[in-house]
Amino acid sequence: MLEKALVGSKRYFQLLGFLAALMIIGGSMYLWQLTFGLGITGMSRDVSWGFYVAQFTYLVGVAASAVMVVLPYYLHNYKAFGRIAILGEFLAVAAVTMCILFIVVDLGRPDRILNVLKYPTPNSVLFWDMVVLNGYLFLNLLCGWVVMEAERNQVAPPKWIKPFIYLAIPWAPSIHTVTAFLYAGLPGRGYWLTAIMAPRFLSSAFASGPALLILLCLLVRRYTNFDPGKEQIQTLAKIVAYAIIINVFFFFCEVFTVFYSQIPEHTQHFYYLFKGIGPYAKLVPFMWVSIIGMIAATLALVFPQVRQNEKTLALACGLVVLTTWIDKGLGLITGGFVPNPFDRITEYWPTGPEALITLGVWATGFFILTILYKIAVSIKEEIRA
Amino acid sequence: MPAPKPDLNTPAIMKLPEKERKCVMDLEFMRANHMQLLNDWRDEVVRNGNREFTGAGGKKYLASLQNTCMECHSNKTKFCDQCHNYAAVVPNCWGCHLDREKKQVARAEAK
Amino acid sequence: MGINRREFLRIAGLSTLMGLGGKAAWELVFPGQALAQYTSKPGALVAKRWAMVVDMRKMTESLAAKCIEACHSAHNVPNMAAPPVDPQVTISDNQKNRWQMKWLWTDSFEHAFPGQEQEHMQERLHKMQFLLLCNHCENPPCVRVCPTKATFRRPDGIVMMDMHRCIGCRYCMAGCPYGARSFNWRDPRPFIAKLNETYPTREKGVVEKCLFCEERLAKGQMPACVEASQGAIVFGDLTDPKSKVRELLRTQYTIRRKPQLGTNPHVFYII
Repeated sequence: MLEKALVGSKRYFQLLGFLAALMIIGGSMYLWQLTFGLGITGMSRDVSWGFYVAQFTYLVGVAASAVMVVLPYYLHNYKAFGRIAILGEFLAVAAVTMCILFIVVDLGRPDRILNVLKYPTPNSVLFWDMVVLNGYLFLNLLCGWVVMEAERNQVAPPKWIKPFIYLAIPWAPSIHTVTAFLYAGLPGRGYWLTAIMAPRFLSSAFASGPALLILLCLLVRRYTNFDPGKEQIQTLAKIVAYAIIINVFFFFCEVFTVFYSQIPEHTQHFYYLFKGIGPYAKLVPFMWVSIIGMIAATLALVFPQVRQNEKTLALACGLVVLTTWIDKGLGLITGGFVPNPFDRITEYWPTGPEALITLGVWATGFFILTILYKIAVSIKEEIRA
Repeated sequence: MPAPKPDLNTPAIMKLPEKERKCVMDLEFMRANHMQLLNDWRDEVVRNGNREFTGAGGKKYLASLQNTCMECHSNKTKFCDQCHNYAAVVPNCWGCHLDREKKQVARAEAK
Repeated sequence: MGINRREFLRIAGLSTLMGLGGKAAWELVFPGQALAQYTSKPGALVAKRWAMVVDMRKMTESLAAKCIEACHSAHNVPNMAAPPVDPQVTISDNQKNRWQMKWLWTDSFEHAFPGQEQEHMQERLHKMQFLLLCNHCENPPCVRVCPTKATFRRPDGIVMMDMHRCIGCRYCMAGCPYGARSFNWRDPRPFIAKLNETYPTREKGVVEKCLFCEERLAKGQMPACVEASQGAIVFGDLTDPKSKVRELLRTQYTIRRKPQLGTNPHVFYII
């Protein structure tokens, strides 16, 4: 089936070429990081996790969202999703690959990464993160590939794949629950020490993932001969709507607990993010764009007219992706580290090389996504012909 | 490339009478196993806090690359590097451990 | 011929796995012999539970500076704020702040004990600079989160770092509620003015912190800061009722940093 990726339109190869260029730039920046150290990023003694970990955190949610397509189809026989299950699964593969790549580029000693396997430490959430991320990658690759091949040969998938598919369903929420647990169990970080960290990750994931999938489906319909289907996109839109409502609700729950109890250890981080503390206010405009945009997208998606018009739907989905990304990709990590444990402030902003490496990893994910989607779409076009 | 000739001509070694110029273990053992020995020292010292090593002939040594090995072998470029370069081996000790060799070069360049 | 590509790959993969796994299994069943005996050095200072008491009644700012100097020079801790040893290396002020390395440092009362400050405090508290360091907690969150056990708790209470194993994930830095850990964002050697030749440096990419001078304890010496403190820092075995630390804790009122978090820190402060 890989041969489907080797032929395509001029536009297909131009896209791959563009992504490859970004990958090469990112790769050379990463070589610099390997020789100089992580000092080429904007991270500091106080803000010791930054853009890389933030991207990983965001993408782990996108990766898990494949379950939102797989679950209705396999558990509840929602036949319509059979058309696009593979697109969800391949998005998961690309996303979780990016997660793993972001973790690798964030390590100070990537040459020692196998130490996590050599010295397994079950009390460390990071150990479990490695287990679930790699397991999820394997599951999605396996299930996606086998089901795709069966579809191509126009037979039912082999029976032995079913247990793996059923395993992937609880595994999906586990990857971002474990990732949420990375943050939610740290006694010294008031911004993260909340029981609803994992639920917030879930709601954010099930909003941003399907929203991204909708946008990808619209692109697939526009640029290929495969139409993912209007009904499929509409169901995904309903999922996004409910998930983003819950996400905004969870945010208000956090705000209430923090500001009604008024404990400085918790309020301080919200003040930094949304008001600024003294001269330190770098993230304030971003956080307000995020929350206002998220509320606007929520209100829009409530209306069926907005969802059914695919243009307004696309805008709303884009807004959902952007605002959830700012929330998780900028606010969550930095907010946890500012102020620091002894109440001092060092702000964080990614540097140019850091942004280029990040872009390189995103490009790698989209490169993989393009190839996998090309294979899937080519096969679907082939069997429909 | 000619066979490596590790040089034992250091002040610390020359100070010892010839019969006492012995390493922590015998020559053949060290030739074959010094890497494993150093790894064992690393784990015993850092992880178990056991710094006393009983070597050949029951003699006791402080298990330390920097403070025991390099005490005698204070000429890394003429000793350690000789065989390592020949075998194209790059042990990554020296990024952290200081080799005690009198060098005029800025430490930052040593690796 | 008889076998197709898929079958071949399947057999090749399984054989490789068995080959690798077989070796590992063999070593599990028949482990190699330990090369020789390892014991702790005689003359080492030992304890069942090390603890430190910082007597702020005796501590002054200049004394604290001496303690920090003793600690950082004994352990080749780079000073990012000082001009680099190599004149070709230049870093900006922002980088000096971001890349700072501190095992032992000072800060004022409201930063050492956030939440405890009041509007009308005892006047002398306003001027005090508290010595801050790793608390070598009994229940350390940093050890809990380390994925490789590169940081681990010794039986004598010291929270230790294995620089050889650290992968530089910095989870321990996120986990520490006291900000006691520093990461090597770059090669530290250009910023070490005078190397202590008996102690290693670190490389870029690993985390470091105070280790209660475990290498000095092994030689029968008190920690460097304790020695430099002229009696303002007391160090000893908490389980020994006759130790000086126990005497101080029994007779003086002491506070610890963020005790409500359950980390059970073992650095005590006499105000």
